Amino acid sequence: MQAVITTDKLTKRFGDFVACNELSFEVGKGEIFGFLGANGAGKTTAMRMLCGLLKPSSGKASIAGFDVYTQTEKIKRSIGYMSQKFSLYDDLTVAENIRFYGGIYGMNTKEIKAKTIELLDELQLQNEAKTLVSDLPLGWKQKLSFSVSIVHNPEIVFLDEPTGGVDPVTRRQFWDLIYHAADKGVTIFVTTHYMDEAEYCNRVSIMVDGVIAALDSPANLKKQFNSESMEEVFYQLARKATRSDN
Amino acid sequence: MKGNNENKAGSAEEFSTVNSQLSIELNGIKKTYNKETVTAVKNISFSVNKGELFGLIGPDGAGKTTLFRILTTLLLADEGTAMVNGFDVVKDYKQIRNCVGYMPGKFSLYQDLTIEENLNFFATVFGTTIKQNYDLIKDIYVQIEPFKDRRAGKLSGGMKQKLALCCALIHKPDVLFLDEPTTGVDAVSRKEFWEMLKRLKAQGITILVSTPYMDEANLCDRIALIQKGEILSIDTPAKIIESFPQQLYALHSSKTYKLLQDVRNYGGTDSCFAFGDSLHATFKQGAEKEVVAYLQSKGNEDVEIKTITPSIEDCFIKLLKN
Repeated sequence: MQAVITTDKLTKRFGDFVACNELSFEVGKGEIFGFLGANGAGKTTAMRMLCGLLKPSSGKASIAGFDVYTQTEKIKRSIGYMSQKFSLYDDLTVAENIRFYGGIYGMNTKEIKAKTIELLDELQLQNEAKTLVSDLPLGWKQKLSFSVSIVHNPEIVFLDEPTGGVDPVTRRQFWDLIYHAADKGVTIFVTTHYMDEAEYCNRVSIMVDGVIAALDSPANLKKQFNSESMEEVFYQLARKATRSDN
Repeated sequence: MKGNNENKAGSAEEFSTVNSQLSIELNGIKKTYNKETVTAVKNISFSVNKGELFGLIGPDGAGKTTLFRILTTLLLADEGTAMVNGFDVVKDYKQIRNCVGYMPGKFSLYQDLTIEENLNFFATVFGTTIKQNYDLIKDIYVQIEPFKDRRAGKLSGGMKQKLALCCALIHKPDVLFLDEPTTGVDAVSRKEFWEMLKRLKAQGITILVSTPYMDEANLCDRIALIQKGEILSIDTPAKIIESFPQQLYALHSSKTYKLLQDVRNYGGTDSCFAFGDSLHATFKQGAEKEVVAYLQSKGNEDVEIKTITPSIEDCFIKLLKN
């Protein structure tokens, strides 16, 4: 497995509070990696460090070959990010949003043009190129938001609860896009509260109180915790949390 | 304050004698926005019995929040009528506001007041005290009481949720409206929240709750599956599952995504979706008998197939496709 994310005892302290405590793991190229944990377990802090947005207190991490202490700008160019709160501009059209993000990531006009056609085609949004994003249904926005997050062909894309609030059919169509991107070699790092989606990942880590309490394929985790479903695995681990935000 | 209704319009009294078992009733409710260009809900009718835990299940944009706002008298419907606790949402809005609790989807308490100050504020507004109704909120409040001097704006998601529920309950409402209380909340906290709801229901409070999580549907007495402003189905979870029109199968193999593509390409497949570590599929009459051989011929290994009982999510997907 060629690792594109490597962390070694990655730690973040805020005063006395250890948000992330010695996280060590690897994520391989083209892998769909589920990053689970209860509210308050430290997921967001970990993601912010991996995206080069927050300096770790100690430990090491390399993202797409770049160091999280010294090469954060290079990391930002090599990754995509999408959260449930889409970063699309409502008052720009579909095509304008693609052009905007292409520009932000330093693509030239020709590349942007080609990419726009490719994306509209893939999403079957050819007829909506001139539609304002505010007029798109939620599910389409979500798919567009994902496509825009990988417009610059990043090695890794971070998805922070990408499927909140959509209907079950749209949710599954979204996962088809994820599989498709992973097939093309994009590494997917995803957080979710839907435990059935944890099953769609190649491997899953579960954070409890700032540490990685378990990490393996869904099948192995279910075996290890003698559970029928990932929901049960999660419940067994997360209910022991002392610091969850309750 | 509740005494006011005695000298109020006869219509409310008539209604309550005819439908004394009903806590909430909607008749042909329609609401549009943006000069009628956007239809939020169209011709919605359903009722909720007294003491019932009723779930509105559907994705964002289904119209759930619009219905909550109409029922809590914060928004006027374009068409139709609605009653809450025997009161008309238009004529008797003041009575309704006194006898319902509402927890909006967006956190709406005072960020710069502490936990205790927020709770005190809502108690005072409704002419009561924390002490008077402490029994009702005790189970929930003890969990946040150690932080009662912390400002609401500084609380974590789970604590905000519990405080909002306490504030919605402090005047001992007859009907409780909870708009997506568990959205964005982890699986453990969601489970705890539903246990709190069960205890409230046991005290006789009628609860209308909305959620985008289909697995929570089973915890309701009855549910309405709602999409794009229309009700797709309304019944007990068990009856909705019973009414699934076909035999449902679960398929499993070592490579789920390949299996999904191959099952979808199989001519005898009616529908197929990923469900956790397996696929759920329905087949045209008799076609299930040949499917395993077909999948093996396409190079899928360790293919297993078995009949299963549908979940609410299966039913919702089926209804969306119709």
